[in-house]
Amino acid sequence: MLTFTSRRLAFAIPTLLFISFVIFMLLELAPGDPMSQLPLTVPPDVRDRMREALGLGEPTHIRFGKWLWQFFVVEPLHMIDAAFGTGFAAEQQRVISWQTRSPVMDIVLQRLPQTLWVVGLSYVVGVLIALPIGIYSAYRQYSLFDQLGTFISMVGFSVPTFFTGILLIVIFSVKLGWFPSIYDTTLVVNSWDSFVQQLRQMVMPVSVLALYNAAQISRFMRASMLDNLHQDYVRTARAKGLTERTVVLVHVLRNSMIPVVTVIALGVPQVFGGAIITEQVFKVNGLGQLLITSIQANDLPMVQTLTFIFALLIVVFNVIADVLYGLLDPRIRYD
Amino acid sequence: MACLIPASAMIDRSTDPAPIPPSSQWDDLWHQFAAHRGALVGAILFAIIVLTVFMGPYFWTLDPSYIDIRARNAGPTFAHPFGTDQLGRDTFARMMAGGRVSLSVGIAAMVLGLVIGAAVGVTAGYFRRLDGILMRLTDLFLALPLLPLLLVMVMLFREPLSANFGPEAGIFILIVAAIGLTSWMPTARIVRGDVLALKEREFMLAARSIGTSNVQMILRHILPNVLSPIMVSATLGIANAIITESALSFLGLGFPPDFPTWGRLLFDATDYIQQNPERVIWPGVAISLTVLSVNYLGDGLRDALDPRIRGR
Amino acid sequence: MMPRSTLFAAAALWSLAPAVIAERGSDGHVNIIYWQAPSMMNPYLSGGSKENEAASLVIEPLGRFDQDGALVPFLAEEIPTLENGGVAEDLTSITWTLKQGLVWSDGSPVTSQDVKFTADYCMHPEGGCAKFAKFDGISSIDILDERSIKITFEQPTPYPYSAFIGAQTPIIQKAQFENCLGERAPECTEANFNPIGTGPFRVTDFRPNDVILMEANPQYRDPEKPAFATLTLKGGGDATAAGRAVMETGEFDYAWNLLLAPEVLGRMAEGGKGQPVAAFGTMIERIELNLTNPDPSLPPETRSTRAEPHPFLSDKSVRQALSMAIDRDLLVEIGFGQAGRPACNLVPAPAIYASDNTDCLVQDIEAARALLEDAGWTDTNGNGIRDKDGVELEILFQSSTNAVRQDFQALIKQWWSEIGVATELRNIDASVFFGGDPSSPDTLQKFYADVQMYVNTFDGTDPQAYLAMYRCGNEPRPETQWQGANINRYCDPRYDELLSELAAASDLKERGSIAKTLNDMLTKDSYVVVPLVDRGRVSAHSNTLGGVLLNPWDSELWNAADWYRIAD
Repeated sequence: MLTFTSRRLAFAIPTLLFISFVIFMLLELAPGDPMSQLPLTVPPDVRDRMREALGLGEPTHIRFGKWLWQFFVVEPLHMIDAAFGTGFAAEQQRVISWQTRSPVMDIVLQRLPQTLWVVGLSYVVGVLIALPIGIYSAYRQYSLFDQLGTFISMVGFSVPTFFTGILLIVIFSVKLGWFPSIYDTTLVVNSWDSFVQQLRQMVMPVSVLALYNAAQISRFMRASMLDNLHQDYVRTARAKGLTERTVVLVHVLRNSMIPVVTVIALGVPQVFGGAIITEQVFKVNGLGQLLITSIQANDLPMVQTLTFIFALLIVVFNVIADVLYGLLDPRIRYD
Repeated sequence: MACLIPASAMIDRSTDPAPIPPSSQWDDLWHQFAAHRGALVGAILFAIIVLTVFMGPYFWTLDPSYIDIRARNAGPTFAHPFGTDQLGRDTFARMMAGGRVSLSVGIAAMVLGLVIGAAVGVTAGYFRRLDGILMRLTDLFLALPLLPLLLVMVMLFREPLSANFGPEAGIFILIVAAIGLTSWMPTARIVRGDVLALKEREFMLAARSIGTSNVQMILRHILPNVLSPIMVSATLGIANAIITESALSFLGLGFPPDFPTWGRLLFDATDYIQQNPERVIWPGVAISLTVLSVNYLGDGLRDALDPRIRGR
Repeated sequence: MMPRSTLFAAAALWSLAPAVIAERGSDGHVNIIYWQAPSMMNPYLSGGSKENEAASLVIEPLGRFDQDGALVPFLAEEIPTLENGGVAEDLTSITWTLKQGLVWSDGSPVTSQDVKFTADYCMHPEGGCAKFAKFDGISSIDILDERSIKITFEQPTPYPYSAFIGAQTPIIQKAQFENCLGERAPECTEANFNPIGTGPFRVTDFRPNDVILMEANPQYRDPEKPAFATLTLKGGGDATAAGRAVMETGEFDYAWNLLLAPEVLGRMAEGGKGQPVAAFGTMIERIELNLTNPDPSLPPETRSTRAEPHPFLSDKSVRQALSMAIDRDLLVEIGFGQAGRPACNLVPAPAIYASDNTDCLVQDIEAARALLEDAGWTDTNGNGIRDKDGVELEILFQSSTNAVRQDFQALIKQWWSEIGVATELRNIDASVFFGGDPSSPDTLQKFYADVQMYVNTFDGTDPQAYLAMYRCGNEPRPETQWQGANINRYCDPRYDELLSELAAASDLKERGSIAKTLNDMLTKDSYVVVPLVDRGRVSAHSNTLGGVLLNPWDSELWNAADWYRIAD
């Protein structure tokens, strides 16, 4: 198992390098220009100068090499420096955003808390709701509970979040005045009051996203449970005289979790990708908002770094999903 | 690489229900399907939606792009049963026109995503040598950012596609391709996991021992057994495609502005949620009903296709 | 452009609220929302107006435009003019003097060194300064004494108020930016995020593209101001949400740039917590007509260049008919409400430059049809589209993606179909359309369409540079890598002659009359540019926020020092 994991991780390195190259070329080929957000009153020669200053005059492969060096060497060195007060990175240029002219990683770290609070929590809540619903719906297939669960989850999935978000704001912020419509990212939780305030501002975005996540995962959970409930080993287990609870929650659930774990594990990187629309609706300004504004501003170093971190997480979580299979089913052998 | 052997593989499969009197396979399927009340309702509902959207314009002849500025922002009236939008265009006509596009995009993109996903998943699971490379390809696609990808596709292919198929058909192909190409990966991974497990079962060994070719193995034994995750992916896929299309319209990468889709109608209406709530309700209900009916349809199909619960 | 005192503004302010509490920081906290978040506080490295405006709370120029477009001194003692001797008789230099006793927020004095440094910073050839054009034509900047500085121009400059005027070119501190010249400009993150300034506020926490926290500048020159002790400038979301937060939920005090449908804005105002305010500058939403042929079958060397005249838009009757078919009142009503007014001029303001051209205001479909008929454009093949000599009146109409523009496109398409002109609509992502990438076919400059709609304006109050865009030879073409501002490929020798006259004229009256003629040549004489709507700025402030004077000529936050809380 250990060798399997380490081999998978070793294989991941060329994959990641290739992915970063593909992303870079994709961004290169994409039309659009970092100067496009300037007012038309800025004359073309000034725009040219600004492009030069961003390093856009250099050929593609040099810029790609520079990015690789900065991302894989300078940034880790800088992190070591920050942690231990050493001076390895010295004066070396870090990955700099074109929009803000500041190190990309600093902004990413700045955005992480609100993204984890809102998107991460909504994912956890979503999974926690989805699993019992999926299990019970499958167990009592076509019961009222199942029908209702199916209906709600389908509505949750089919109504875009930009709509549910605005609906919640109109009801709970405008009409009732219960929750703020704008998320305060500068809020520091250090007392009971600020904790309550944090809860109030999280309620709406978390419920919108949790509904959406729960809808998807509960469908997969239900389908997978249904598959296993009719397997012969279930009949055997019942025939052995095991309690219904043991049969369903131990035997069936364990086997049903395999595809669901894939879905859940693959969803985790999405958390770090942020929720573009929900973040915009509630002004959470997390990683999703960062990605979309960078794409709109053609801030290539930022987009490249964000998408690459995203790719890294996807590869890592794929490995985790595979390892989890082994934990869920001890008979799985890795050769 | 991982070899997944679910517990069920340990148990002999010969205890299936008693032999059914000989009847055609399709009859069986239909009986099973029709016995599933939800599926029948879903099928009928979906048929009604499709018929209304595609045949409706023959009966409701108002042009969806005709602007009647005096009647703008009107609620439901006899002349405009669903009301009008901010330019006085008839919402009912626009709903039908939008439905044609949304349904076509949803179904086409779902089929494309499903075909790629199932093909990659089955190939990767079945042929061990291809597994590594195909799964890394999956990782690559999962990691690609959708928006820049679309911008590149629009830049590279819009003019040639518009020239060959006309502006609307061209952008339709582009959007279907974009959504399909960026939504097949979960299906592929799930199918692969199931195939890996299936491969270790006794009936596969039995089939191989009588000299079944790889193609036959896949078509006869693998595909029918991975149909249920595929069906779930399909129903989610349609919804996903319809919603992704609305997000694209919102970002300006979608259809031309005078070309309604359900997603776009819903997005345009959210600003008017307080003044004209019915404008949000129509497209919202249409998308939800479609997704819901497709889902029940998928449920019924899956049950009908599953030999183990057939006849129960 | 005579400098005027702020007396008028101050009087208006006092009449609104007689009970201003005259103590710094006594009114607590103010919340501002910009739905596009500022990415830095250094306007020299960013061209966007959101950055200019956020920075205007902290760093200030020598002089600003007030809400009427008149120049008022900020860091300068007065605005130099010919009359007061600040501008040399031969118009080749201007001398500025700083106010007495100015200090930066860190307590050090503001000197003419800082002013000169600001120019050096922006004019550095490797710095990529976004405001470089503002320093165009300056040959040297000389320090006369601690507080005075003399700017010398390469040639007589009748309108010398460009550098150090308005939100675009504020003064930065030499001590802070000394090591940030040229190539090193982007490395000074701390300075770019937290510049030391002279304005009413200073930054306490800057989170790029998210939120800025500020507090009152303890060194601000007016000891009684600002009334607010702290300020939050939140970014993100969209215009609808920003308007809602001010006018319906009351969470915020001020929302910037609410380009919303009039019904939506009106409904929000009924929320009762705040009100929208509008002011008009020089922003004109227009349709530009392509005088050259964008036919895709032409080779790339000649497509959309002057080598290939347009098959039907080179006919003035067609252009005029297209303009006549448009109902501008309705466009305003649908798209902008109180934030717009119908426009026939390219230069709508200031009054001395605005032509009295109002012919286009009345829609006349019948006359447009007759005009086309007389010019020989008739529907000979019965397909509902007019044609002549085998050329059909089929138009490709492109614009950037934006809800209001798409509504306009749909309306205009319908009106044009009524006069027998077929239109195909296309919308392009704004980052591509305005991106100017020479390899993309969809840019504003390439103009691979027959007509296109967008908005443009000019900085400050002098339209010379704006009108000079339509100079012959300034059109984008392959030889210039598709750079150039003469988008319609207009070319008229008489226009170019008048432009030279304008550049030499120093008398305001004379400048006004030349500018009017130039404006008319582009609009009512030739219909090359079809102005649609004079777009104002719309913002909203809560009912408890006093002192807001919406300024379309400068930063909207230009007078944040005078804002105060109205007790309820």
